[in-house]
Amino acid sequence: MSQLLLAIVIGGAFGAVLDRVGATNPNWIGRMLSLTNLALMKTILLAIGTGAVLMFAGQMLGLVDVGHMSVKAAYAGVFIGGLLLGTGWAISGFCPGTGVCAAAAGRKDAIFFIAGGLLGAAAYMVTYPAWKASGLLDSIAGGKVTLGTVPGSKFDGLMDLPGDVVGLVLGLGFIVIAFALPDRLAGRDVSDSSSSIHDAKLSND
Amino acid sequence: MILNWKIGGLLLGLVFFLAVLLVKPIGVSTQFVILDGIIGNAVNAELVTKTDEGYTSTNAYLAKSKGKYAKSVVNPMNYSFVFVLAMMGGAFISTMARGGLSREERTMPALWRANFGDNPMTRYLVAFLGGFIVLYGARLAGGCTSGHMMSGMMQSALSGYIFAAGAFLAAIPVARIMFKKEARL
Repeated sequence: MSQLLLAIVIGGAFGAVLDRVGATNPNWIGRMLSLTNLALMKTILLAIGTGAVLMFAGQMLGLVDVGHMSVKAAYAGVFIGGLLLGTGWAISGFCPGTGVCAAAAGRKDAIFFIAGGLLGAAAYMVTYPAWKASGLLDSIAGGKVTLGTVPGSKFDGLMDLPGDVVGLVLGLGFIVIAFALPDRLAGRDVSDSSSSIHDAKLSND
Repeated sequence: MILNWKIGGLLLGLVFFLAVLLVKPIGVSTQFVILDGIIGNAVNAELVTKTDEGYTSTNAYLAKSKGKYAKSVVNPMNYSFVFVLAMMGGAFISTMARGGLSREERTMPALWRANFGDNPMTRYLVAFLGGFIVLYGARLAGGCTSGHMMSGMMQSALSGYIFAAGAFLAAIPVARIMFKKEARL
């Protein structure tokens, strides 16, 4: 029962924060992916960094249970699936988590995204045996591995380095990149979207 | 208006940390499979069946990993499924607390309107198609933006980095081609 209470509290907080950082808004996703406004990218990088630093520092201090880590397997399909997800993410402006949140917030297009998602997931369930047989789901580089070897973890390390230190350094790296990243990498400021007559061509300054 | 990235990033990171501190890393896309399973099992009760050791399914994907997904289909009141329902509740309350979305935004985002006009059917069709590709890809990859990219890279998982590379390698060119006009912030 307490598990369900935690699901409600953490899930609720996650949904609310996703809304407040703009992740459930396809405008912000589109701006991030077309590199015209990187506010959300900076948010995501800082979030990954913050999470990593707290988790690995907490592990080193013995305050965080290493057993709670859950590492997914690496296989060729991860990259192919990533390419597919990235394509759909860009064209729709939603990913699975932000899509359901956007629908809850009242976005009608997100309901169509969810319907398409349910069909896409069902299509994968049906075609799974073919992927399995293709070998593209076979583990590469050790499968469920972290980059370093995390002490006390049930997952192996890709490299024979202390995984908690590697994780902490990477986390700090994400934070540094979040600060170093400029506000935009392409396009220019547009004050009014209604003036759709303006030059559609983006300058690369 | 959205939160300043320094505050937003800190809050988002805190949520990911709390999840792994108290329970397990956040993930979402599996629950699309579970909902599909629930629907499928309601239509055809033979889809998921009980065995001596737990549950199994006539669908190989639901049956894999000793029927882990099949079990969740039969018991939807589990942590991960309730988590997604709670996300929706949290996003709803947060949106309403800041005054809700405009009528225009509820139909389609301004960035879409600026680039492709305001026919809702076109937007809905593309959102549907996008959803199909996103979830097919997420299930092939074994996770999505939250599970692989955020939770994965946070834990320094190799798979998280592979996934993020694929996702951005496709997403950035597609978005650059599609959204040439910028919309008002």
